[in-house]
Amino acid sequence: MAEVADDTRAQGAAADRREENGLLQTLTSRLVIIIPYVWLLVFFLAPFIIVFKISVSQPTIAMPPYTPTLDPAEGIGGLIEAFGQFSFENYVWLTQDALYINAYLSSVVIAAVSTLLALLVGYPIAYGMARAPASVRPLLLMLVILPFWTSFLIRVYAWIGILKPEGLLNQFLFSLGVIDTPLIILNTNTAIFIGIVYSYLPFMVLPLYATLEKMDFSLIEAAQDLGCTPSGAFWKITVPLSLPGVVAGSMLVFIPAVGEFVIPDLLGGSRTLMIGKTLWNEFFSNRDWPVSSAVAVILLLILVVPIMFFQRAQARAQEEGR
Amino acid sequence: MNSLGSIRRSFAPWADPAAKPYISFDGVTKRFGDFTAVNDLSLTIFEREFFALLGASGCGKSTLLRMLAGFEEPSAGRILLDGQDLAGIPPYRRPVNMMFQSYALFPHMTVEQNIAFGLKQDGMPKAQIAERVASMLKLVKLEQFARRKPHQLSGGQRQRVALARSVAKRPKVLLLDEPLGALDKKLREETQFELMDLQQQLGLTFVVVTHDQEEAMTMADRIAIMDKGEVRQVATPAEVYEAPNSRFVADFVGSVNLFEGTVSGNGGNILTIAASDGFEINVENAGAAADGANVWFAIRPEKVRVSSRAPEGSGANVTEGEIWDIAYLGDMTIYHVRLPSGRVVKASQVNAARVIEDALTWHDKAWISFAPDSGVVLTA
Amino acid sequence: MNASWSRFNIASIVLGFAFLYLPIVLLVIYSFNESRLVTVWAGFSTRWYSQLLQNQGLMDAAWVTARVAFISASVATVLGTLAAIALTRHTRFRGRVLFTGMVFAPLVMPEVITGLSLLLLFVAIGFERGFMTVTLAHITFSMCFVAVVVQSRLLTFDRSLEEAAMDLGAPPVKTFFQVTLPVIAPAVVSGWMLAFTLSLDDLVIASFTSGPGATTLPMKIYSQVRLGVTPEINAICTILIGVVAVGVIAASLVNKRREVQRLRDEQAAQRG
Repeated sequence: MAEVADDTRAQGAAADRREENGLLQTLTSRLVIIIPYVWLLVFFLAPFIIVFKISVSQPTIAMPPYTPTLDPAEGIGGLIEAFGQFSFENYVWLTQDALYINAYLSSVVIAAVSTLLALLVGYPIAYGMARAPASVRPLLLMLVILPFWTSFLIRVYAWIGILKPEGLLNQFLFSLGVIDTPLIILNTNTAIFIGIVYSYLPFMVLPLYATLEKMDFSLIEAAQDLGCTPSGAFWKITVPLSLPGVVAGSMLVFIPAVGEFVIPDLLGGSRTLMIGKTLWNEFFSNRDWPVSSAVAVILLLILVVPIMFFQRAQARAQEEGR
Repeated sequence: MNSLGSIRRSFAPWADPAAKPYISFDGVTKRFGDFTAVNDLSLTIFEREFFALLGASGCGKSTLLRMLAGFEEPSAGRILLDGQDLAGIPPYRRPVNMMFQSYALFPHMTVEQNIAFGLKQDGMPKAQIAERVASMLKLVKLEQFARRKPHQLSGGQRQRVALARSVAKRPKVLLLDEPLGALDKKLREETQFELMDLQQQLGLTFVVVTHDQEEAMTMADRIAIMDKGEVRQVATPAEVYEAPNSRFVADFVGSVNLFEGTVSGNGGNILTIAASDGFEINVENAGAAADGANVWFAIRPEKVRVSSRAPEGSGANVTEGEIWDIAYLGDMTIYHVRLPSGRVVKASQVNAARVIEDALTWHDKAWISFAPDSGVVLTA
Repeated sequence: MNASWSRFNIASIVLGFAFLYLPIVLLVIYSFNESRLVTVWAGFSTRWYSQLLQNQGLMDAAWVTARVAFISASVATVLGTLAAIALTRHTRFRGRVLFTGMVFAPLVMPEVITGLSLLLLFVAIGFERGFMTVTLAHITFSMCFVAVVVQSRLLTFDRSLEEAAMDLGAPPVKTFFQVTLPVIAPAVVSGWMLAFTLSLDDLVIASFTSGPGATTLPMKIYSQVRLGVTPEINAICTILIGVVAVGVIAASLVNKRREVQRLRDEQAAQRG
């Protein structure tokens, strides 16, 4: 009997210990999640809800320049009244004005074309890096990353001096005698393409390089040994195996490019329509916060599919890395 | 059969009914989601024992070790160490230490700092730590490497640092997870003996997890053969090899020939089996088995004789076949003899002489034979 | 392997790097141009640099930017490291999908959206725009970059190191500070550097979230760039590029030295 009692006591003590350790450990490990989680909820998710709320509000000449403003002091009655004032007028307005629709469309088209161009430029670079002797690869990798560390704004600005009519490119071509009238590149879509490809090239090259570098190049030899031509081996082996990198790189270029502001603003001139620029002008020049919020909401909706696609790929890569 | 246990040494607390177990697993189950890694397992280990958990990967042996270390909590059952229930005690408060398969040496600390790490956690005075570290370095013969970082050491040296670090705190039990797995073959053989000496010297209880049966046989006092989260047999190396309790154990440890048959006679201490391969097997001291029962006869290749002429004597334990394959290994030769039933019997012969006259060759007719006390009868 | 590094591969790398670096190099060269006409070379001069030092507005902006970048990078490093640990170590908790989404989305989110939404948040809660709001905004988007950098290091981290520490008597928090953090320190440092430069470079989010008195350097540069290319801007850009390049190159040289030393040690150890 005494033994049984001892036993239960020992078990009770063990359970107590479990609780004590559990509490402490749970608390610290919970904090690791809770702190960044709450931060992101407050500063990342909540702002989107506010953007949506304001996008269904009316502009007024006041500060903040929209109505209704949700004032918790007015209680539930005020809240319900405020909800009554919400309207989707701003969205209707966006669909009726061809300016916005065109801006969305041309943003997507410009981003898509630029992504394709970045892929065409980036793939040979990434491939060349992956096949470089292992000793020079870290150096090449650093050289690709280095421009990314220098200011985006500066890199875009650098192109103005090159592309403008009396700029360095035209001077160079003149001196070679290739042209006799200056090429008009600045303030055209071509300049935007150049700007996007240039600015986002590291984002394209890095994921491509990561997948190509992991690839076992004896697969190519095996394919050729089995009778494949070099170009056949490239299309049948290398390209399919690097597809994850192609997808990741394209998403990393396409998504931010759609909402790009600096590049179309500095290189594109007044006639180019891109939604990031439209939003900026709507906000800073027209001070129409509700409409710019509506523009942002629709831009987000356009990007939701590619963003989810990108995240799915990220999560999968993470699972594989585990 | 009791005599088998005493082949190694006189240390055998498991045979003493009065001995108190030091570690006991009591109906321990561990589930990960749907997967049961350890299934209702009970096991006792004695103080100062060198105990090996042997099994293929995924058999639950590492999970068992990690539960003892405190990295996993059992889903059911209890683990007792020296009479104390370990439930709920986190790894950093358990009086056991572990030597990791990867060694897990802290890359940012020197050899000294690695060894001192556990002592510092206990709040040991500095002078005492220095003394203990010095004696540990001496123990593993790494005195001149004290200031090196792990990456400046060879594989064998790293292994010894890991060992010194895990015994520095004088744990009640030292857990070793594949301690020699990362060493090359030659170093591994040397280190096996070093580990055994160390265990004797320190008088610690060692629990080692390994998938290498040779390693387990060499070092352990007792071996637990594990499969699918269960213990199949716990016994001394000699017992495991010579008296396996099942076909699984017989097949898992070493190489074996298995003959299926039915018991046809049971006279005196001789059991007669009618093998399905068409000959009769007489086994001495096989234990009781009912007439007509389905049994297996297990015999190790080195206990099977191969000859070009029919051996003299009774008709039992002899059958005829054809040499199917020969593997010459230098120290011995392994013959694969194909019986008319299609079964291939393995027989190994020590090459005691440099030149063997009348050597058997491919497709020769050959007889295999064995003594009545050379194999065991298995019912499972 | 060498044989397969064909002429085509080398050519594409050389052309690719020329494309990446030529604009920057030209910008740096023309910052030393005597002439005010940026595209016509009129001899070497450092007059634009000395003029910079007298531009009080620019100097103020640089100081604001440096402080914002330092504070936001430091806080973002802490938060991002926590987020990385949460992502790699806690494979299941309520709302993990949302959490993962919130960590990865800012990496690709158009800056105009992030900027606008943060501004509207600050207005809605009545937060006065200025130094604080820019800093908070920069923490939010750069912590996600830190999280990604640290997370990729944690994925290859040998968990048995932590188990060994605990096995030897170190409780979890102590284990983190004595073993985990020192081992992943290089990743945490590069996360900090990344956060610092992201903050240093940001124009769009800062434009939305900053208020009077908290003009950052990119905002200042942008307002002048809109008026056209001037050698003065070239000069300030050159300085910025120089600062970042020196920092990054120094960091990677230190890393490389350490790596080479480690390899040499390892080879020596194997030789016995």
